[in-house]
Amino acid sequence: MIKVEGLVKHYGDKYAVNNISFTVGDREIVGFLGPNGAGKSTTMNILTGYLSATDGKVEIDGHDILEDTMAAKRSIGYLPEIPPVYPDMTVKEYLDFVYELKGCKLNRRKHIEEVINVTKIADVYNRVIKNLSRGYKQRVGIAQALIGNPKVIILDEPTIGLDPKQIVEVRNLIRTLGRDHTVILSTHILSEVQAVCDRLIIINKGKIVADKPTEEISQAVMTKCRLEAKISGPEKDVLYAVRSINGVTRCESVGSELDCTTYMIESEAGLDIRKPLFNLLASRNWPLMGLTTMGMNLEDVFITLTVDPARDKSKKRKITK
Amino acid sequence: MGAIYKREMQAYFTTGLGYVFCAVFMAVTGFAFAMFTVQVAMSGADINLPLYYTVVIISLVVLLPILTMKSFAEEKKMKTEQLLLTAPVSLSSMVVAKFLAALTVFGACLGATCFYFTVISSYGTPNFGVLYGYIIGVFFLGSAFIAVGIFISALTENQLVAAVGTIAILMVMIGINFLNPYIDSAFIRGILSWISVYERFDRFCYGQFDFAALLYYISICFSFIFLTVRVYEKRRWA
Repeated sequence: MIKVEGLVKHYGDKYAVNNISFTVGDREIVGFLGPNGAGKSTTMNILTGYLSATDGKVEIDGHDILEDTMAAKRSIGYLPEIPPVYPDMTVKEYLDFVYELKGCKLNRRKHIEEVINVTKIADVYNRVIKNLSRGYKQRVGIAQALIGNPKVIILDEPTIGLDPKQIVEVRNLIRTLGRDHTVILSTHILSEVQAVCDRLIIINKGKIVADKPTEEISQAVMTKCRLEAKISGPEKDVLYAVRSINGVTRCESVGSELDCTTYMIESEAGLDIRKPLFNLLASRNWPLMGLTTMGMNLEDVFITLTVDPARDKSKKRKITK
Repeated sequence: MGAIYKREMQAYFTTGLGYVFCAVFMAVTGFAFAMFTVQVAMSGADINLPLYYTVVIISLVVLLPILTMKSFAEEKKMKTEQLLLTAPVSLSSMVVAKFLAALTVFGACLGATCFYFTVISSYGTPNFGVLYGYIIGVFFLGSAFIAVGIFISALTENQLVAAVGTIAILMVMIGINFLNPYIDSAFIRGILSWISVYERFDRFCYGQFDFAALLYYISICFSFIFLTVRVYEKRRWA
């Protein structure tokens, strides 16, 4: 559905995007992950035809974005970082405008009704956009992208500036969209892509660092299992006892509350130490106040994959000195 | 193109800018018409149409930039241009739509000033050919001003800079005419009079319907519309 080959974009001698290639299949939800300034927005702007690449090729649904611009643009719905809404229009006027702008040939009333139902903006349909909350503006922005039923939907940081409830709603919406559309979304929030995307493209300093299914990436770096346990008992004895459990590689206290201490326990990969831990604590009569699994998140993946190894080494050297 | 034109027209009247333009333009031209023609006619002397049209043109130098200042500067500031530039619409139709919207508001106001002529005809029989010739001349001169304004608006994201910049450029375009008599070199005078938009208008004041001048104004429109499209093309590649 989307084919990107050798994409390069430089401003002067600074490379914003440096030789990026990837393909996205039909009805796939792909997450574009990277720190600020990694080249996510630049790539999206090139995909949508807003910017032109210095070099490389972009094909959307078989149409080259430079040679067959109109057809390629017709297959894309784009939500830029800041929703491109006109504050002086009502939602109704705005969606009508976008419908005409995109030159759609669907049943207008029915189509717009569908879009407002999917994005849940029916209750603000007749309100002026400048009076809407950030969350509603964002949803109007998404609605705009959906008008014309494009095959590809590109969302640049779709949940930025939303409250937690709205974030969940937008994520659910994106998942729904993935059933009928190809979706690319960019974000620097790791849990977001984890929750929504089938595949992950991690980009740093204009280059692709990883391009794999979401699960595979989380597993790739899951070399260690990490638990966080709250245990009520004498700290020294607990540390000694836990360290003696078979498979535990590391145990440290990381904080304490009124009558219990929090420990970080690391064990060998693939070894579940929760049962032996429980049995040990029960036999010593040290109550277990809480137990959570750590280390499964993409933060670790991200740091491992995007940290510049050369810089990292020099940092370590400094510390050892 | 139709969608952008409609949206622009709507924006002129929801933001109030269109009303302000119409009100000020009608007030200034109405006042000037009363002063230089009606009052003169009442005293029995010949009406001074060239003076009236000079006032109209000078008011356009100030008012038209206010009409065009937001056309692209605001889109850029509000980031709504991303919608237009990623929509299946060509750059030239986007620019032309905005140009036509401003031209419509201006044209409607100018058309409304024709009503003044019915007032003057109650004092005598004016030469309607000259009057309408003037109107057409002002319309094309104004459309050239709008094209300049739209071009300047595409260069900045600050509406105030767009308006003041356009006023400055239009003043130069008009001012050259007044500067010319003080220049000795015939060669430079020739060049300056060639770029002087006001000099072309002079011929309308003598009751001549000057097609060459109209063509001149139309080519200014095309040049600046073309330059605006180029600004957007260049930005995409920058």
